[in-house]
Amino acid sequence: MRTLLTIGLLGAVAAAAAGVERFPTPDFDTGYEPPSPTRPQPRRTAIEVVDVVVLAAALAVASWLILRTRSRGWVFVVMLGALAYFGFYRKGCVCSIGAVQNVSLSLGNGYAIPLVVVAFFLLPLVFTLLFGRTFCAAVCPLGAIQDAVLLRPLRIPAPVEHALGMLPYVYLGAAVLFAATGAAFVICQYDPFVSVFRLSGNRAMLILGGCVLLIAVFVGRPYCRYLCPYGAVLRHLSRLSSRHATITPDECIQCRLCEDACPFGAIRAPTPEPVHGDRSRGKAVLGLALLLVPVLIAGGAGLGWLVRRPLARVHPTVRQAERVRLEKAGLVEGTTDASDAFRQTERPAEELYAEARGLIDRFAIGGAVLGGFLGLVFGLKLVDVSIRRTRTDYEIDRAKCVSCARCFRYCPREHLRIERGGGERPEAET
Amino acid sequence: MNEADDKDALTRRQFLRHGLRGAAGLGLGGVAAGAILGAAAGDTVWQIDPTKCIQCGNCATYCVLETSAVKCVHAYDLCGYCVRCFGYFEPQADAFNEAAENQLCPTGAIGRRFIEEERYQYTIDESLCIGCGKCVKGCNAFGNGSLHLQVRHDRCVNCNQCSIAAACPSQAFVRVPADRPYLIKTKVEHE
Repeated sequence: MRTLLTIGLLGAVAAAAAGVERFPTPDFDTGYEPPSPTRPQPRRTAIEVVDVVVLAAALAVASWLILRTRSRGWVFVVMLGALAYFGFYRKGCVCSIGAVQNVSLSLGNGYAIPLVVVAFFLLPLVFTLLFGRTFCAAVCPLGAIQDAVLLRPLRIPAPVEHALGMLPYVYLGAAVLFAATGAAFVICQYDPFVSVFRLSGNRAMLILGGCVLLIAVFVGRPYCRYLCPYGAVLRHLSRLSSRHATITPDECIQCRLCEDACPFGAIRAPTPEPVHGDRSRGKAVLGLALLLVPVLIAGGAGLGWLVRRPLARVHPTVRQAERVRLEKAGLVEGTTDASDAFRQTERPAEELYAEARGLIDRFAIGGAVLGGFLGLVFGLKLVDVSIRRTRTDYEIDRAKCVSCARCFRYCPREHLRIERGGGERPEAET
Repeated sequence: MNEADDKDALTRRQFLRHGLRGAAGLGLGGVAAGAILGAAAGDTVWQIDPTKCIQCGNCATYCVLETSAVKCVHAYDLCGYCVRCFGYFEPQADAFNEAAENQLCPTGAIGRRFIEEERYQYTIDESLCIGCGKCVKGCNAFGNGSLHLQVRHDRCVNCNQCSIAAACPSQAFVRVPADRPYLIKTKVEHE
């Protein structure tokens, strides 16, 4: 329960941190004065305020560039700046994606979340609700590093896209569950780029980072689209955003020039008028999907409840309790560091078992909620793919669009606008 | 922008979107209020609770820094100033002098200095210490436990999830307020 230790308890910990005194400290005859250990202060606290200011400024500038000046060149410049600052200079920590976990842990666990982390969590959400995913476009260092290496984007088939697009919800749900139970911060532990930002790390993390970056050369922003748990939230806020980037500055003339402009598959083509027979069949499919939603929720909740023990094993205390129990029963040979650590505390084993049982109970509730949530998400996805909307124009899919501004220059209306002097000319491409 | 066109002729979809946006805004406000109410004004940093540490050696290898941010600290007011320091000498040391082959520390980071008859002071050269905790193990097992490991905050980069904390078998890593970032062992209650 290391993370649950509240600041209030720390006084008690400090008081308890006394030695054994097998050999009493001598009185010195020579007037010797024992030195005292140095306590260098943390170096980060001051710069974290700077981080929040930079974050807010970058979000404001990026939103302005995307919605007003419509300049891909400058968006790219801001993106590289954010990559340099948040990524390579600040080593990618703390980031908005990871802040999801701190917020989960802080709600109802007695973990005092730093205000800076609250700001990192909230600012991009607010900006997304106002202007779309401008955070993803130019501020998030994880998005930036993938965007910077994207050279040969491949088109991902729609069924694959739909299926992989479910993963962020699973990741988000798992991350919130493990953070809220104090088990682990999985987003940080499996962040593929933090080792790249630090230019160091263990072999597995460096290989993972390298592989994701290699994929990112051919698949636009794979982490953002198929893993990012924060993106799973941003998608829906972007859908509701009061303003959002548009492909054309004024009207769509259906020239189809933007059709292949988006490397992230976020441009939706106009749909042909449905044939009459299609419509009744579509209705039946939609009805079936709607009926499936409650079934999926119930099934997911039940499944989540069933897997409470494997889920709970992510928590170190549960693993420790299991190991101690096995060792006591004589079912395993030898000891582990964790079981040794427990025996050193000289606590009764029953106390540890009770603590583990309490945690498994929390995971039972959490697992059911997680399963229900995933059931809902999958159900709504089924509904979503069975609804047929008629579109007459090329439109941005607000959920998928990361507002990178690539498509603007594909639109002939944009060229007209620039000729009229309606905006600054993008620098990078001229 | 497309909502701005027909403010007076609100379609059903736009009405729905406005409502949902309001709800999302309220939800964000709620989460923000919840988080801010429980927020600490200051920052928190990682530290080792020396009472829980079992000197497994993970601190030396799991830190994201090339040389760990964890180093040994000596609480002098607990030290017995022993001639035969269990943190300094190999268990099978031939002689109790400063010769390298007698030293437990793999990097020779502990200095031994004569103070007076039967009393020696042991100091840690932090630039050499790698945080392996070998000396801490010896000192805890047979001595006063005045040597202990601490996260040195001039080195720690304060990862959101400390890699060592994730690997610590005794869950000895705790988040502490940044203005009181050390849990250094003392004889008296310190504030």
